[in-house]
Amino acid sequence: MSDQRTTPAVPGNDDAVIDPHSSVPAEPIDNPGLPAHQPRPTDIDPKAAKRAERQVASLFLLSIVFAFLFVVAYFVFEIGEDPDLFGGLGASNLFLGLTMGLSMLAIGIGAVQWARKLMSDVEIVEQRHPAASSPDDRAEVLAALQQGLDDSGIARRPLIRNTLLGALAVFPIPMVVLLRDLGPLPGDTLARTVWAEGMRVVNDISGTPIRPEQVQIGQLINAEPAVFFETDADGEPIYTDHEILIEKTKAAVIVVRMEPQDITPAAGRENWGVEGILCYSKICTHVGCPISLWERQTHHLLCPCHQSTFDLADNGRVIFGPAARAVPQLPLAVDSEGYLIATQDFDEPVGPSYWERG
Amino acid sequence: MSTTGGTPAASTNGTTPASTGKPSRLAGPANWADERLGIGKSTKKQLRKVFPDHWSFMLGEIALWSFVVLLITGVFLSLWFKPSMAEVTYLGSYDQLRGLHMSEAYASTLDISFDVRGGLLMRQMHHWAAHLFIGAMFIHMMRVFLTGAFRKPRELNWIIGGMLLLLGILEGFAGYSLPDDLLSGTGLRIADGLVKATPVLGTYMSFFLFGGEFPGDVIISRLYIAHVLLIPGLILALIAAHMMLLVYHKHTQWPGAGRTNENVVGFPMMPVYAAKAGGFFFIVFGFTAILGATLQINGVWGYGPYNPAEVTAGSQPDWYMGFAEGLMRIFPGWESVIFGYTVSWNVMIPGQIIPLTMFAIFLAYPFIEQWITGDKREHHLLQRPRNAPSRTAFLAAMVTLYGLLWAAGGNDILAVVFQLNLNWITYFMRVAVFVLPILVFILTRRWCISLQRHDSEVLLHGYETGIIMRAPEGAYSERHLPIDPERAYTLTARERDEVYELESGTNEHGVAAPNARMQRFRARLSAYWYGYNVQKPTREELLEAHEHAAHELEAHDDQHSADGHQFDGRHDVEGEELTHRH
Repeated sequence: MSDQRTTPAVPGNDDAVIDPHSSVPAEPIDNPGLPAHQPRPTDIDPKAAKRAERQVASLFLLSIVFAFLFVVAYFVFEIGEDPDLFGGLGASNLFLGLTMGLSMLAIGIGAVQWARKLMSDVEIVEQRHPAASSPDDRAEVLAALQQGLDDSGIARRPLIRNTLLGALAVFPIPMVVLLRDLGPLPGDTLARTVWAEGMRVVNDISGTPIRPEQVQIGQLINAEPAVFFETDADGEPIYTDHEILIEKTKAAVIVVRMEPQDITPAAGRENWGVEGILCYSKICTHVGCPISLWERQTHHLLCPCHQSTFDLADNGRVIFGPAARAVPQLPLAVDSEGYLIATQDFDEPVGPSYWERG
Repeated sequence: MSTTGGTPAASTNGTTPASTGKPSRLAGPANWADERLGIGKSTKKQLRKVFPDHWSFMLGEIALWSFVVLLITGVFLSLWFKPSMAEVTYLGSYDQLRGLHMSEAYASTLDISFDVRGGLLMRQMHHWAAHLFIGAMFIHMMRVFLTGAFRKPRELNWIIGGMLLLLGILEGFAGYSLPDDLLSGTGLRIADGLVKATPVLGTYMSFFLFGGEFPGDVIISRLYIAHVLLIPGLILALIAAHMMLLVYHKHTQWPGAGRTNENVVGFPMMPVYAAKAGGFFFIVFGFTAILGATLQINGVWGYGPYNPAEVTAGSQPDWYMGFAEGLMRIFPGWESVIFGYTVSWNVMIPGQIIPLTMFAIFLAYPFIEQWITGDKREHHLLQRPRNAPSRTAFLAAMVTLYGLLWAAGGNDILAVVFQLNLNWITYFMRVAVFVLPILVFILTRRWCISLQRHDSEVLLHGYETGIIMRAPEGAYSERHLPIDPERAYTLTARERDEVYELESGTNEHGVAAPNARMQRFRARLSAYWYGYNVQKPTREELLEAHEHAAHELEAHDDQHSADGHQFDGRHDVEGEELTHRH
């Protein structure tokens, strides 16, 4: 606001630079200075001081008592037996925490009370200094720096300077290369799952294969490829626990059954279902949460993480939420024994999008 | 450091003079240490260093002490926790999970909870202290922002504080992931999806992070070393820098009688703050212990081991990740395929770009404000939020945005609790995050400016006594009396805002200045940011108003126009009573 800049330039010195902040009007009220110290009751009344002293000491004593009680609680209460005791807290946890907490609080409150009631509360004044060093110091530092640079001869010997810069630029490369073995390269592993032609679709807990007639209209079954439950010739599982976790991240599916007339398959997917039974990837195309909140009336599948909603009667199309792509569908058939099988792997990568996905 | 003792008054605040007569019992050990470490010189000034007192200066202290609680409880947990994803069969005390296959990390977390005495308490204290740490940092940062404590020379400390907040959140997320339960595994799965959405490098980053395909078998041990060594090390180093700068700059203070930009008024480190801050550590520790005793947190035994094919409805991250979660939830499902490559806008923008941009703007704010004002002076006096209306309104808008995103991160919970339609909550949020912050900005700014007007009013015309006076001609008015001089001074102890004005867009030859457009933008911004503020009255205005008021009071005095006038504070009212005239 220009009307505040009323003070003229420095009189008699045309060269003086006016700091715009120095030209504001004078302070409207003079600083009255630090108010006089008001004594507290404990400053003037020895009885009050004595009382405060006893308070503080009692708190410290209380802390000692609670510390002992903590040790008692530690040995008295069993753990692990009944975690539901005392509102799910467990007796041990509750008493250990309370005694420890109260013992600490008593020390803390005692110390603060001591400071507030008995330590001197006369305010003292300390002057500030500019954060910057003095101009002399600065000049000295700059001179020293210059001296050092001159002594090193870095300015006169550009060959040394340039090769040094080159070496410094290159030396992190080995450090970065060292990290190469943090993990394998992705390759196309993300685009493939363990599903293959003829692999049975089995219940995810029991591993039992599924017959179409066992699936009710409106039902959703969490399913997995049968290979997770199979063993090789030596009776060893084909996939270890770890490998199963990794493969499950891509291969987990859901099997749902709807009225066949409700389903509107896309071109080429007309025979991907069996009597209204369809199989979809369970992995959300947004960021990969497993999806299984199923609304049987609307055929909608909702992801519990970010609420992307897919219409399973309409090829898994996204109808709501942050997901961008339909949830991939696994083509189903029935094998000679009457169990549901996959006719091929997914025809697109499952799970969250990634750059090379295409 | 170039601190000196200050004014003579600073040498002591004790009631009895220090004496050099009898050598104290401290002298022996002090000499021993000094002869080896030479600490006399460096501690001389620090022991009696003055800190100003205000409740809001305690917020950062909560963060500091809860970090210490985290270190202590964390060391305890590390004595039992096994950061391994090796599959084991659980054989511990918790019935419902016995016999299940799970990672060693999850099994050892269950052991800490059920088979180590005090283990559950330490786990719960650790988790509560983490909430407290991050929450206190947030609130401390808001305090610093609202009072302008980030201004020169403290801009770098503001940035250090911002880095601490970011590291604290990362540290929290890493710790949250360690137990390898179903909920934390789901969090990692989302993080994997986020990483994979990075253009070009996404899958490589994910494979290098997880040692192959998600979930792999190394992520827990990698997060563990980040959680117990790397990030805490960085946090400790930054806390040290934060505190050293605090000591060097000396703490900011509220303006007031005797408190200026050139001094700091308060109590000395030794003994007052040694007792208060030291005691406060025990209070924070005790408080977390009581939280850990009475409020269950992260009962991982209820979630079960991680299984990438399972999730529970109502999955929620810890609260400090809530705003990012909300962004992910309300963002529309945009994705494009460009030259055969997939760009996941729906993950990249809300999950990577917006949080980092918001963070960068906050870190840069001191420099942005400095550029608008052109103010390069040191500021050690705090501003009341109302005296920086645009800044306060900006924070209020940002808090609104944060709160909306945070609520959006629990849109499923809101839908269930309030029986609302989930989709409509999401649609509402998509609009609200743009509209409400702007509304809040405007309202807060007007609110601050009217508070400034009120301050001016009080300064010029005094406070409202509540005494209604009737003039001889029958007019009613309320009697105003001047406020006490110390309060009046405090109200005026603030700087006048100056709107940056363009000197001239062109030089004398009519050639446009090199960065004229930038300067014009700066001037417009400055006018918008400061132009509406109410400036404190000048000395002349004050004198004039007070003369006027005195004159008015005189006119009314001793006319006994209404009973009760004698309670106007200007008379001795001993023995007087309010009576009704009949």
